[in-house]
Amino acid sequence: MALELFLEGDPIADTKAPTDVPIGERWSERKFRGKLVNPANRRKMTIIVVGTGLAGGAAAATLAEAGYKVKSFWFQDSPRRAHSIAAQGGINAAKNYRNDGDSVHRLFYDTVKGGDFRSREDNVHRLAEISTQIIDQCVAQGVPFAREYGGLLDNRSFGGAQVSRTFYARGQTGQQLLIGAYQAFERQVAAGNIETHSRTEMLDLVVVDGKARGIVVRDLVTGEVTTHVADVVVLGTGGYSNVYYLSTNAKGSNTTAIWRAHKRGAYFANPCYTQIHPTCIPVSGDYQSKLTLMSESLRNDGRVWVPKERGDSRPPQDIPEDERDYYLERKYPAFGNLVPRDIASRQAKNVCDEGRGVGPGGLGVYLDFAEAIERLGRKAVEAKYGNLFDMYARITGEDPYSAPMRIYPAVHYTMGGLWVDYDLQSTIPGLFVIGEANFSDHGANRLGASALMQGLSDGYFVLPNTITDYLSAGPFEKVPADHPAIVEAEEGVKAQVEKFLSINGTRTVASFHRELGRLVWDYCGMERTAEGLRKALDRIPEIRKEFWTNVKVAGDAHTFNQNLEHAARVADFIELAELMCIDALHREESCGGHFRAESQTPEGEALRNDEEFAYVAAWGWTPEGEPPVLHREALEYEYVHLAQRSYK
Amino acid sequence: MQLTLRVWRQPSPQVKGKMANYHLTDVSEDMSFLEMLDVLNEQLILDGEDPIAFDHDCREGICGSCGLMINGIAHGPEQTTTCQLHMRSFSDGDTIDIEPWRSGGFPVVKDLVVDRSAFDRIISAGGFISAPTGTAPDAHATPVPKVDADAAFDAATCIGCGACVAACPNGSAMLFTAAKVTHLGLLPQGQPERDSRVVRMIAQQDAEDFGGCTNIGECSAVCPKGISMETISRLNHDLLGALRAGAVPAS
Amino acid sequence: MGLTCASSYRVLVATVTTQQAGQSAGANPGPKRDPKTGRFGSSVFKKAVMAVTGIIMILFLIAHMIGNLHVFQGAASFNDYSEWLRQVGEPALPPRTLLTVIEIVLLVSVLAHGWAAVSLWRQAKRARPIAYQTKKRVQQSYASRTMRWGGVIVGLFIIYHLLDLTFGVANIDGPDATPYDRLIASMSNPVVVFFYVLSLLALGFHLRHGVWSATQTLGQSNKRRERAVNVFATAFAVVLIGGYLVIPFVVLTGIVA
Ligand SMILES: Cc1cc2nc3c(=O)[nH]c(=O)nc-3n(C[C@H](O)[C@H](O)[C@H](O)COP(=O)(O)OP(=O)(O)OC[C@H]3O[C@@H](n4cnc5c(N)ncnc54)[C@H](O)[C@@H]3O)c2cc1C
Ligand code: HEM
Ligand code: HEM
Ligand code: SF4
Ligand code: F3S
Ligand code: FES
Repeated sequence: MALELFLEGDPIADTKAPTDVPIGERWSERKFRGKLVNPANRRKMTIIVVGTGLAGGAAAATLAEAGYKVKSFWFQDSPRRAHSIAAQGGINAAKNYRNDGDSVHRLFYDTVKGGDFRSREDNVHRLAEISTQIIDQCVAQGVPFAREYGGLLDNRSFGGAQVSRTFYARGQTGQQLLIGAYQAFERQVAAGNIETHSRTEMLDLVVVDGKARGIVVRDLVTGEVTTHVADVVVLGTGGYSNVYYLSTNAKGSNTTAIWRAHKRGAYFANPCYTQIHPTCIPVSGDYQSKLTLMSESLRNDGRVWVPKERGDSRPPQDIPEDERDYYLERKYPAFGNLVPRDIASRQAKNVCDEGRGVGPGGLGVYLDFAEAIERLGRKAVEAKYGNLFDMYARITGEDPYSAPMRIYPAVHYTMGGLWVDYDLQSTIPGLFVIGEANFSDHGANRLGASALMQGLSDGYFVLPNTITDYLSAGPFEKVPADHPAIVEAEEGVKAQVEKFLSINGTRTVASFHRELGRLVWDYCGMERTAEGLRKALDRIPEIRKEFWTNVKVAGDAHTFNQNLEHAARVADFIELAELMCIDALHREESCGGHFRAESQTPEGEALRNDEEFAYVAAWGWTPEGEPPVLHREALEYEYVHLAQRSYK
Repeated sequence: MQLTLRVWRQPSPQVKGKMANYHLTDVSEDMSFLEMLDVLNEQLILDGEDPIAFDHDCREGICGSCGLMINGIAHGPEQTTTCQLHMRSFSDGDTIDIEPWRSGGFPVVKDLVVDRSAFDRIISAGGFISAPTGTAPDAHATPVPKVDADAAFDAATCIGCGACVAACPNGSAMLFTAAKVTHLGLLPQGQPERDSRVVRMIAQQDAEDFGGCTNIGECSAVCPKGISMETISRLNHDLLGALRAGAVPAS
Repeated sequence: MGLTCASSYRVLVATVTTQQAGQSAGANPGPKRDPKTGRFGSSVFKKAVMAVTGIIMILFLIAHMIGNLHVFQGAASFNDYSEWLRQVGEPALPPRTLLTVIEIVLLVSVLAHGWAAVSLWRQAKRARPIAYQTKKRVQQSYASRTMRWGGVIVGLFIIYHLLDLTFGVANIDGPDATPYDRLIASMSNPVVVFFYVLSLLALGFHLRHGVWSATQTLGQSNKRRERAVNVFATAFAVVLIGGYLVIPFVVLTGIVA
């Protein structure tokens, strides 16, 4: 299976989890064994936290409370606007408030299984343990979770879990959790413990003597490039779904921070693991800038179908029953429209590829409520889904009560990210990575309502405890401003900015981003084949070459220049895309969100190959032209037994 | 459809701004307002001109980044965010005026982008509950009546967009501040700091060059999250109570 | 549904209006401004002052209106009432005690009210250094928009009114005439009446918004009451101003002479 596409490197392993004690005791044991920093020393240490999402915001606030000097950076105007704000559904916690049999162990089990056995047991177990503390913490901060008439917290079930463990705040859970973290953060700003840098983008990592010691940033308003040094650097910069151009992520979400850290030596784990959400509003034209998620709950009552005939352009109402194909009900009679996310997504893609898709570009399937409206009455449907229907109507201009909705899958979340150990430390000492930016807890597929849990767990509870072990050796020697590592990094950033502005080609940054996104979507999206991935790998270097010779970036380097920001992000997406395709090509199995057409059961289910692929693929960067180096972290399952997922 | 846009262009805070006119053809009515601007910007870039700067991120009405004065109404003709406004709300041949939020508290950064960090400083002055990580009791230790929880939630939906300031004839940030005071003041966890919170937040708001509220109600009418006027009444109630109780903002 | 959209554009005339930016750089992150200290600086405190003084003045206006309606009982009754005002509490209290107290309270109220109004007005001006090119109203009522200039008109009216009817110096019949005669003299003059009516209407608008606004300012409004407060404010303003307007009306039309 040796591909010329990558080099085999040394295996790696997590050395921090105390595996000599039972899994339920490992987290407390790790906290106990880790060295501490006394309060007087904390004041002398500076921690850089990049990102103010659930992960970064919670971490900055907690570390500042502990007495460290925190410097916080983010690219939006306010820390409250981090992309976590957009999460809708809810957050899981093993509170068992419903007395329905939930427990830390069950949440642990569900998450490992949901991740299709590609995550690390120790991390997932810790996540499940901490989940309950998160809810306590958020309630104390004033997060207005939904409550029942008795005044106690309400729960819903989510993502097919058999227990009700999801805490929610209407459809705005992410917003409320983030505002809670943001308020805690602002409290520390007022106390003088956090130094803030809004509209500031991290463009490089400064590594001195093998340790992460600072970051090079560009002030997006003035264009000034500066370096900030610290004793330790934390990245909570979110996911990279925007490599696909169209995704449910915010427009600014990017890979730049982690990608540049990767180029400085941090391994990038499982880059090809992406989650595709089945119910999004489809693309309506070339100008489309992003995709909007529609709650999955719609599939409880809506029926998914496409015309039987390809190219049937009649309006849906004119297509008689017997000329419709309710393909999910046909193929999965037991689960029908409620099959899991990955299957629903892939099947929608299949029917559209057959030419039976509906709407502009033939990329859409119907989600029909006619039957539900007849069965339950319009009133009841309105009560259940009214706000979603309104949102749909606002965006599409169509009335979903009279004609079926059109939906299509969209990229939603990236399980891959920088490799971290149990302490959340990357392969560069002193560089910690939290939230969606790391790869840690979700394996090959993330269950609903668990990203928020992970972000807050990392930020509030894990990192502040594990970082002390590293910092106990600090404060580290001062890095002078003219240190060669700083000078080199700064020059590099400035040179890149100048390069962008000097090319003065004929294509916009956005046009490259769209082309790249389309390519990755087609070949490294819902269904991947060796042939397609090779095609993508042929094309990406061409795109990169053209980008660096023919892009046109407007404006200058010394004023607020959004086009320049975008250019730097797209440059990184192009490089990341290549690694994603290599990762997808080398993983000759299907697991979770990674579906290789060559590896499926006769029924079309994802077919894992545990013999060969039960490992984390951690990629090391090599200078351009050289293939990346693969370091494998073997995954062992002591507590949850490997089994094939089945939905029949 | 065809449109004429009159857009505020201001290269930097120190430079004078002016309205510039652009003519757009072939605008699809399914475009969002921001996508319409994206299309214009790509053309501007290809023509070697400076694209129009505007803030945006989530494009689904929740982050509060996008805020434009469209034809004299904050976020345009629908009561929603600019990113959730679609071109079908306009007609062929329309002239659309686009301006930044205008307030002493929101200095222009460039074109349509303003600096809303004053909002962060208002929150920083007291818009929080002091609950250091790890100190929390069990979430069920204090039940919260559903009506209070729901009302607190209504107030907590504020996205910090600043449309209230933009629309208020006094340039007041009262609705924003009131939403936070109401959210935290309705919850049992928010009681210990209730007095000091409101006094300090208002003091900060006044210091940020926002106007005072005279209960005009424009803010609530354009607020994409429909934050109600009741929040302002609650803030006033709390503030007067706090002042009577002797709370005075510390310097 | 337009699938492709190769939109094109054209730059038309560039300059339309030019305005001074007049603001400091949006430094990054924004400089932390010091909050105002002391309770008197608070905009909400100033508003509360306006609300309380406004209510005091409203109470006076209610009483004053009822007092004015004595004209219907004839000159004697009206003058007696006026005389009574000046003699209440005599001989225990010196003459004009009540009236003086009222006058002082009113003077303090109107000054405090005016101070707060001007101070908030200036704050509001600072809050929008650059005006919009285009600004539309969505909800704002006429009454709420005219509070400031309306207040100025009312203020000017009060000065004139005192000179006219209390001190008589601005009255055609002069300071020595009886209150009733002065009243009839003024109310028979169309120019004076025109000014009175105009001022009363301005006051009506001021109160229409003022009553609602004071309820909010004092923290007594909520979602459920909001409509009721607004309806009450309108009704109150109409009744009160109606009560005042009958006087010039009946004098002009000769019902009372
Ligand atoms: C529409 C939608 C709905 C979702 N719903 C749910 C749900 O119901 N439940 C659930 O559990 N999960 C959900 N998720 C997933 C979840 O919201 C995210 O995974 C999670 O919020 C990520 O948080 P984060 O803190 O890691 O990163 P983010 O919130 O993305 O924050 C990233 C931060 O990093 C900063 N940053 C990024 N790059 C740079 C740079 N180069 N320099 C400086 N700063 C930088 C940004 O400014 C920002 O502050 C949803 C996601 C989407 C898109
Ligand atoms: C001296 C002349 C006056 C001036 C300049 C003036 C000005 C103002 C202004 C600017 C406001 C605030 C606007 C608002 O809340 O929307 C206001 C409010 C008010 N005014 Fe006046 N006013 C004057 C006289 C009066 C009089 C004579 C009365 C009563 C009889 C009165 C009653 C009120 C009331 C009740 C309010 C509402 C207070 C609040 O909003 O809390 N005003 N006035
Ligand atoms: C048609 C309307 C009005 C009429 C006929 C009227 C009549 C009078 C008369 C006759 C007096 C003199 C009483 C006396 O000296 O014994 C008086 C005094 C006064 N009026 Fe009016 N008035 C009217 C409206 C108003 C209004 C609208 C205001 C306030 C906004 C007002 C405020 C006063 C004040 C402050 C005094 C002085 C009271 C004092 O000396 O203590 N009046 N008015
Ligand atoms: S109150 Fe409404 S208008 Fe004001 S910032 Fe909040 S959401 Fe925006
Ligand atoms: S419009 Fe302005 S005056 Fe108050 S009620 Fe709203 S802040
Ligand atoms: S872009 Fe986030 S609210 Fe509009």
